Amino acid sequence: MNSRVKTGIGVVLTAIMLFPVYWMVNVSFTKDTDMRHDPPLLFPLHGTLEGYRAVIDQQMPYLGTSLLVGLGTVILTVALSAPAGYSLAKLRPRGGGALSFVLLMAQMIPGIIMAMGFYAIYLKLGVLNSAAGLVLADSTIAVPFGVLIFTAFMSGIPSELINAAKIDGAGTFRTFRSVVLPVSRNAVVTVSLFAFLWAWSDFVFATTLDGGGPRQPITLGIYHYIGNNNQQWNAIMATAVIASIPATLLLILAQRYVAAGVTAGAVKD
Amino acid sequence: MTRAGAASAAPARAPRRRSPQWAAWAFLAPVVIYLIAFYAYPLYRNLDLSLRHYTVRSFVQGDAPFSGLDNYRTILDNATFWPAFLHTVVFTGVSLLFQFTIGMALAVFFAQNFKLSATLRALFLVPWLLPLIVSASTWSWMLNSDSGVVNFALRSVGIDPVNWLTSPSWALTSVVIANIWIGIPFNLVVLYSGLQAIPSEIYEAAALDGASGWQRFWRVTFPLLRPVSAITLLLGLVYTLKVFDIIWIMTKGGPTDSSTTFATWSYKLGFGTLVPQFGPGAAVGNLLIIMALIFGLLYIRMQRRQVS
Repeated sequence: MNSRVKTGIGVVLTAIMLFPVYWMVNVSFTKDTDMRHDPPLLFPLHGTLEGYRAVIDQQMPYLGTSLLVGLGTVILTVALSAPAGYSLAKLRPRGGGALSFVLLMAQMIPGIIMAMGFYAIYLKLGVLNSAAGLVLADSTIAVPFGVLIFTAFMSGIPSELINAAKIDGAGTFRTFRSVVLPVSRNAVVTVSLFAFLWAWSDFVFATTLDGGGPRQPITLGIYHYIGNNNQQWNAIMATAVIASIPATLLLILAQRYVAAGVTAGAVKD
Repeated sequence: MTRAGAASAAPARAPRRRSPQWAAWAFLAPVVIYLIAFYAYPLYRNLDLSLRHYTVRSFVQGDAPFSGLDNYRTILDNATFWPAFLHTVVFTGVSLLFQFTIGMALAVFFAQNFKLSATLRALFLVPWLLPLIVSASTWSWMLNSDSGVVNFALRSVGIDPVNWLTSPSWALTSVVIANIWIGIPFNLVVLYSGLQAIPSEIYEAAALDGASGWQRFWRVTFPLLRPVSAITLLLGLVYTLKVFDIIWIMTKGGPTDSSTTFATWSYKLGFGTLVPQFGPGAAVGNLLIIMALIFGLLYIRMQRRQVS
């Protein structure tokens, strides 16, 4: 097989894999009256923007909440996991190995169970249906991952660099802030990207902890849409397209960080 | 000024230098407190829920009587238990089998480094990055009985349309198909990076010995990839056991529990009905944790062994 044939096969396979994504975009432009057309319209030739108009009219507050929750989760996750990663990688605390083990196990706990525990606690504290509560819950998805990424990355920072800062009279915190953090930019980007994406995509915590709140994220916006008007699939799919924008941007702008993040937990070389 | 400041700060720093442990734990403290407050405590609350007899009233007031393992007995006797167990096993097993096989085939294909291969491989990540509700609702519409594009494709090749989401005999298959689609990218990326670690000299030697492509895969690639494969499968297993979103959004575990797994059953008991049964819901959740942690421990052991 020569290279050109392989490229051809690769394109066909990718097209098959991405067909559902294409279909989502196609349906988002389809007119209500054509939605149950037989055969289905394969191209949005006589498309409509009704769906997107509905998004602008109805879904903007949901998108705003998701953006806020996503950014909050990023800040909380980085603030918690970067110092911990530094400590585990360079300061060698007694019991650090046990903590790494706990973090690995924490990643495996099903979200639905965390959600139930959080629900019981939030109900008692009266913080159900709040964006802050959602940030806190969403961060539990990303913090263990964040610590593991920071630990792995910071282990690779040469000790000479840190010792040089110490000789210059910098304390541990100063060294962390002025030397370690700046050279860990890649790890910060990777952790932030995933923390944002997971918070943005979260449905489990949103539906259990924020199901009746005044500020709900976009995942619930779509969920209510599916529940309420089963007919307006162009509006549902248009919302889905908008909700996919962060993932798409991420893939275009930060591809290498994404691949690094996917393999980080699984394979160590 | 700066020098004076540095001089006066020096004595304060001295004890830190004497006990580096202090600094190490100061940096860890936020995460440790966080883990106790937002991991351990919710898990403890969940365990507590499963050991008490809760009603909506006592859930709010917090004075539910201790009932031992009653909730666990309740769910074991429940008619949903064995079907949910079976669905969890089938959902996880079939998803993994296809995700892994397809992911492996694609990884081997993309490892051949043809023109555009890096770009196409990146595009394969899209399903994994999309919010699950986006994928689940797209699949719901594609699998719609009357107007879905899947049934249209079946009709056009002469196969009878299927009631994917509304028939009890197809609902589980439908959610498995959507889940396989979502899981392929993860398998592809991890197995691909495993393939990259195999030195190309080994392939060259095999090619010199006259091994065909098929032989090279089974005799060289597959054995060398076994540790990475085991880790991919175990991690996939832990992830798949806890899948909730896709099933709940596509079928709500129905019709008549035909696609209910432990994850959706637990949610349904706690949140999906008019009269919440928090105790049994938490009990199902704890069974799920035990299953996940068993395979999680296996995964960590595997990974440790690979590193050393």
